[in-house]
Amino acid sequence: MTRPRSLILQTMARLLLPLQLLFSVFMLLRGHDLPGGGFIAGLVASAGFVLFLFAFGIPATRGLLGVDPRSVAGTGLLLAVASVLPGPLSGQPAFTAQWWEPVIPLVGAVKIGSPIIFDVGVYLTVIGALLTIVVSLAEAEE
Amino acid sequence: MLVAVLAGFILAALVPWLQPYLGERAGRLYALLPAALTLYFATFLPGVAAGEASQLALPWVPGLGLELAFHLDGLSLLFALLICGIGALVVLYAGDYLQGDPRQGRFFVQILAFMASMLGLVLSDNLIALFIFWELTSITSYMLIGFDHEDSTARRAALQGLVVTVGGGLALLAGLVLLGTVAGTYTISEIVTQGEAIRGHAYYLPLLLLVLLGAFTKSAQVPFHFWLPNAMAAPTPVSAYLHSATMVKAGVYLLARLHPALGGTDPWIVICSLVGGATMVTGAYLAVRSTGIKWVLAYSTVMALGTLTMLVGVGTEAAMVAFVAFLLGHSLYKGALFLIAGGLEHETGTKDILAMGGLRRAMPVTALLAAVSALSLAGLPPLFGFIGKELMLEAVLAAPFAGALLTLLAVVTAVLVVAAAGVVALRPFYGRPRETPKAPHEAPNAMLAGPAVLGLLSLLFGLVPGVPGDAFISAAAGALSSEPVHAHLALWHGLTLPLGLSALAVAGGALLYSRWDRARAAMRRLDTPLYERGPEAGYDWLMAALEGLARRVTPVLQHGYLRHYIATTVLTLVALVGFTLLTRYQGSLATGIDVRFYELVIAVLLVVATVFACRTQSRLGAVVSVGVVGYAVALFYLLFSAPDLSITQILVETLTVILLVLVLFKLPGFVSFSSPQQRAWDALVAGLLGLLVTTLLLVAIEHQLAAPISEYHLRESVPLGHGRNVVNVIIVDYRALDTLGEIFVVALSAIGVYSMIQYTRSTGGDRP
Repeated sequence: MTRPRSLILQTMARLLLPLQLLFSVFMLLRGHDLPGGGFIAGLVASAGFVLFLFAFGIPATRGLLGVDPRSVAGTGLLLAVASVLPGPLSGQPAFTAQWWEPVIPLVGAVKIGSPIIFDVGVYLTVIGALLTIVVSLAEAEE
Repeated sequence: MLVAVLAGFILAALVPWLQPYLGERAGRLYALLPAALTLYFATFLPGVAAGEASQLALPWVPGLGLELAFHLDGLSLLFALLICGIGALVVLYAGDYLQGDPRQGRFFVQILAFMASMLGLVLSDNLIALFIFWELTSITSYMLIGFDHEDSTARRAALQGLVVTVGGGLALLAGLVLLGTVAGTYTISEIVTQGEAIRGHAYYLPLLLLVLLGAFTKSAQVPFHFWLPNAMAAPTPVSAYLHSATMVKAGVYLLARLHPALGGTDPWIVICSLVGGATMVTGAYLAVRSTGIKWVLAYSTVMALGTLTMLVGVGTEAAMVAFVAFLLGHSLYKGALFLIAGGLEHETGTKDILAMGGLRRAMPVTALLAAVSALSLAGLPPLFGFIGKELMLEAVLAAPFAGALLTLLAVVTAVLVVAAAGVVALRPFYGRPRETPKAPHEAPNAMLAGPAVLGLLSLLFGLVPGVPGDAFISAAAGALSSEPVHAHLALWHGLTLPLGLSALAVAGGALLYSRWDRARAAMRRLDTPLYERGPEAGYDWLMAALEGLARRVTPVLQHGYLRHYIATTVLTLVALVGFTLLTRYQGSLATGIDVRFYELVIAVLLVVATVFACRTQSRLGAVVSVGVVGYAVALFYLLFSAPDLSITQILVETLTVILLVLVLFKLPGFVSFSSPQQRAWDALVAGLLGLLVTTLLLVAIEHQLAAPISEYHLRESVPLGHGRNVVNVIIVDYRALDTLGEIFVVALSAIGVYSMIQYTRSTGGDRP
């Protein structure tokens, strides 16, 4: 990707990436009640990074990520596996969802549960896997 | 008890972190664990001798009736003590044997994991758990035989051991499942009380044959004995531990354990006695025929395993007592002899007995220890091996089936074994000193400790048979029988027939040893039928045939053309599903489906885009039109109120187009490779799939096989899943295990792409 970069694309990507990431988190968190969820959110976030990659190239994208995308995928898998554990730890079969609904002042009732952790795992795995593929392909092109 | 079993695995997992800190002292410290376990199990001795059994059961996979159940009776305790006791000595020994070897850490991981697996095996009270530990021992054994993985002989031997034992393991699994079904329980301590019912069942014979096959391959019975001597490619501590004292006894352990349930019938007695007897003689013969010190010992182990199988087959009370005594005796002397062999190899640099001689001056302690254990091997008083052998002869003389034949085999074996003991313990140490590759001197203390302790025990148990204890031996032997057993061990039984036979054997063996060189020359003439046309040749032929088959099948199936792979997949699907459709659901297609105008518009768009994608001569055009197909499908999802699917589809389409654009510039210019005929064929395949899916959908609308599960999902989504988006609740809660599998696939495919590209880059090659 040594072609001269487009200023328009760069400006757009810089503006869009935070919005896309914010939107992906929004999609992730609302997923349990409204359309969304880890898969979709992961795809949205990946699309943001891919746009950034097109605009700024690989080294800049790697720098932005800070970690190797493979580690992101690995972390996601670890989280997903870890979310299985609360069930057995409290004497129930694995994968039994555990829910807490604490009431936080000013925010109101919040639903927190092991499926959310699982969904975050899915989210990270999708981002990590997709970026691994895209970055590898982009690097191969160079 | 759970901690005792798991401790080995835990320590094995910690070794990679501990090793750099411990360095040279590692072996000594690791040996503390098996030593502590030995003491722990020793505390059970009084209870077990009094006839108590300890049990512990933890649910593991309750849905499958699988539990981590442990049962400690006489037989299990005997094995547990041998595993931990000899384990401690072997680990201690290995620290010096592998001194300075960078692979020491790996070795300790494997041997500790093996020890834990073996402990699990002998303590398991659940057939399936037992099988899992059984396979774990096969796998650890594979890694340990192949420890020198840069040596092709070691790799071949490791693979051979694995193929033979795991192949038998498959038969065993089938046998155990049958046994569990017949008995209605997988708990061993319940199964052994139902002997009558199991032996009378119609499945008895097939399940017996399967279990025996598993046990015989593991315990190297004829005709599967060939893998054991080859396993001597492993480092000597491994041979001492796995391939003589413990793992190979797993097969006989299983026979002994299941004897009350399966034993005593005609097929059992005939098969076990004859196979055991044949193995015994073959092992003893090949031991005398060999000149490598480890091979002599390996074949004499085959002999011992055959003897034990034969005794289980004979099945009388006397035979059970003999089984336990012989087993104990063998583990003590054979472990010691292997460790001595390792010491000789370590100090002289050769494994060939013919290259050794007069070593007693350089290695006096080793010579003495070798003599003690070899006397026990030869079955001479006052060593414990003598008691075991006398009991064996006594049991065989009184055998209900083929007693005369078995006695003859036993005496011939005894003669050969006496000679083999001489070969191991006299030949290297006496006579004219020879030049060896290394100047020999005494082995370090840690390497002498093992043989010394084991040799002393052989001597002590022989002189004072009350030390292992009649009560304990009875408890161990009693586990083989449904009735209580009363054993009494003594060095002096009076002037009996077995004593006479022993004397005869010693005289014959001494004579054979004095003419060993000439006898070997004579034996060599028999090598052709025994080795070149023996069972190992059969194994080689089978493996070669397997490879040949693979070589012929692979090019047909794995041709490397994506087009053909897809065609194969599609045609298989069409054939299988189409067959079912045609035979079961004829003439009931849904008709009269309402189609709205806008649906029709999208459908036309879909078709046009598809046709364009097929016809276009431009790659970019193809990519774009495939994208149009994707978005059109996403529109359909949206129209049929599946927003989640629709969003996912749109995002995936977008990313796919991006990925395609990324690789697009790498591809060479557009060339039409396929002939019109090929295209017509491709069109036919694609058309068939389209036809199938359309028909399937039309049929599916008409037929309602069961009440749809969607209603349940909708109803329970909020109360059970705490979410109003059913799709997401299904993904992360109801079917979370599926999703977990899927994200693993996603991550794996990413790793696949990554490594493929890295590989192409690193080799600069054209094709990965």
